[in-house]
Amino acid sequence: MSNDLEFEKPIIELENKIGELEKFSKENEVDLSNEIKILKNKLDNMKDEIYENITPWQKVKIARHKERPTTLEYIEKIFTDFIEFHGDRNYGDDNAIVGGIAILEDTPVTVIGHQKGKDTKDNIKRNFGMPHPEGYRKALRLMKQAEKFNRPVIMFVDTPGAYCGLEAEQRGQGEAIATNLLKMSGLKTPILVVVIGEGGSGGALGLSIGDRICMLEHSIYSVISPEGLSSILWKDASLAEEAADIMKLTSKDLLDLKVIDKIIKEPPGGTHKDLDLVSENIKNYLNDEISKLLKLEKKELLNNRYKKVREIGIYN
Amino acid sequence: MLKALFRKKKYATVSVDNDNNYSNNIKKNENKKQDDIDNKLWTKCKKCGEILLKEDIKEDLYTCGKCNYYFRIPARERINMIFDKDTFIEYDKELKAGNPLEFPEYDKKLKKAADKSKEVEAIVTGEGDIKGIKAILCVMEANFMMGSMGSVVGEKITRAIEKAIEKKLPVIIFCASGGARMQEGILSLMQMGKTSAALNRLSDEKLPFISVLTDPTTGGVTASFAMLGDIILAEPKALIGFAGPRVIEQTIRQRLPEGFQRSEFLKEKGFIDKIVKRKYLKEKIYKILYIHTMGSERYE
Repeated sequence: MSNDLEFEKPIIELENKIGELEKFSKENEVDLSNEIKILKNKLDNMKDEIYENITPWQKVKIARHKERPTTLEYIEKIFTDFIEFHGDRNYGDDNAIVGGIAILEDTPVTVIGHQKGKDTKDNIKRNFGMPHPEGYRKALRLMKQAEKFNRPVIMFVDTPGAYCGLEAEQRGQGEAIATNLLKMSGLKTPILVVVIGEGGSGGALGLSIGDRICMLEHSIYSVISPEGLSSILWKDASLAEEAADIMKLTSKDLLDLKVIDKIIKEPPGGTHKDLDLVSENIKNYLNDEISKLLKLEKKELLNNRYKKVREIGIYN
Repeated sequence: MLKALFRKKKYATVSVDNDNNYSNNIKKNENKKQDDIDNKLWTKCKKCGEILLKEDIKEDLYTCGKCNYYFRIPARERINMIFDKDTFIEYDKELKAGNPLEFPEYDKKLKKAADKSKEVEAIVTGEGDIKGIKAILCVMEANFMMGSMGSVVGEKITRAIEKAIEKKLPVIIFCASGGARMQEGILSLMQMGKTSAALNRLSDEKLPFISVLTDPTTGGVTASFAMLGDIILAEPKALIGFAGPRVIEQTIRQRLPEGFQRSEFLKEKGFIDKIVKRKYLKEKIYKILYIHTMGSERYE
C-alpha cells in the first residue's frame, strides 16, 4: 500500500469497495449486481478522469516510483542473450551505468543504460542511478566497441542526475559528459535513446545524443529537478510541485518542443502495472527504427543526427 | 578573585574594541562618502577591500592593483584585449531570446540583464585578428544572467563554429557561465549537445579549438564545450566545475577543502593544459595559433 501513488488512492478505495461488495453478495447470496454495476461505471469514469489528467508533478512521482521498471528489467524483456560488460579500462566500474551486448530479434546490438536500485541495498550499490565520470567513460568505451563491430546502440535513460560529489568533480564529471556528447554526435553506428524514467539534466544528456529519441509516456526529462528549480526560484524546495508545472518536463512537452521523436504508450497509472506491454511497445519501436537507420549510408546517418540536434532551440 | 581578574581583562578588551570600531566608523564614513560622491568612479576590490579607481582597474586589465584579484570582464573589453585594434567583425548581434516555455518573469529578467550588461545576450561572437592571425572568438558575458546558456548562446556558438569550418579558421571560446539557463528548460540542456556536435565537426576538419576557462565556468557549460578544447587554458583561481560548491557540500554534507574546483586544482587533476595570467593571454593564444599554422596552408 505504501507504494501507491497519492492521486490513485480514490481509485484503489473504490476498487476495494467493489471487491468487498462482490464478496458480500457472494457470501450472503444477495443480488447486488445493479449496485456493483453502478460502482464499476463510476470507477471507469474516475479512472478516465484521473489518468487522463495526470499533472506534471504526478508524472514526476510515477517516473520516480519505487516499482517503476529499471534498465535491466527492460533488457531482460526486450533482448536475448544479454552479456554485461564492466569497467572503463581506466579507473573502475560504475554500477550506476550498465552495458553490454545482446540480440534484438536478429540484430546484434550494444545496450547501455542508467541503473537504479530496486531496494535500499541495491540503491546504495547503484548510487541511486547517479553515475560518476567512470560510468560515462564505460558507456563511451562500449559505444566505441559498438561502432567498431557495426552494432546499433540502444540507450536507456533513467537518472536523477550525474553525481554531485567531491570525487566525481576530481575525476572530471564535466569532461566525461562533454566528451560523450561530442563522440556520440559522430559515432558511426545508429544510436536509439529510450527515456524510461527520470531524465535528469546533464547526467541524462550524457547518454542521450542519438538518431531517435523516444520517451515513455510518464517519464520526465528536464534541465534541473523540480526541487532544484523551486529552491533556486523561491528558495524553497518544497514548492517542487509548482516548479514542475512551469518547467515543461513531460513527454508531451518535449514532443511539442521537438526534442523527442516519439512517445511510447504506458498503461494507465504507469509501466509498473504492465511491463510486458510496454516492453513490447519499445521493442516494436526499436525494430522499426533500426531497420530504417541501418539502410542509411554512414554519412547520411551522421548528417541527419547533426541536423536533429542542430535544430533544437527557439529564439527571435 | 579569578572572576574579578577575568572581568577586568574583558573590560580592557571592550575598550580596545571600541577604539577599533571608532576608527572603522571613520573609515566607513569615508568610504560611504566616496560611494555617495564617486560611485561611478570608484569601486571596492572584492577580495582585499581596497578602494580602486575604475579607470585604474580597467588599465590593469580588470585586476586589483593591490592583491591581483581578477574582476570579471565585460565581453567587449575581453575582445579588445585579445583582438588587434579595429579588426573585430561581430556575428549575429540581432539574435534575441524568446520565452519558449512562457516562463514567469523571464522577459523581465532578460530586460534587466540587458540593462545591466548593455548586451542583448550572454555571449558575443565574431571574427578578428590576433597579432595578424585570423580567428573566430566567442566570449561569454557573465553580467548577462550569469552567462547562462539558453537557445541564443547555443545557436551563436554553433553558428560561429560552422563559420569557422566554412572559412577554415581556428575557434577560441572564453567561458564564463553558471551553466544552462533554467528559464528555457530542456532547450537549454540541448544546447550542450548542439555545441558539442558542432565542435566534433570542427575537429573532423582538423581546425584547432582553444577553450579559455574564466571565473566562473560551471554546470552545463563545463559539461559541454568548455571541456572540449584541443587546448584548455584557464585564468588563475577561476572557479571551474560541474556541480557548484554549495550543491556538493549539501550532497556530501561536509565542507570542501580550500582551493577545491579552482584552476590550480583542475590543472593538478589533469583537466587543464595551462594556467595563463590575464596579461599574457593574448600572447599565449597567438603563439599557440602560430604553431598550429606552421607548415600548413590551412589558414590564410
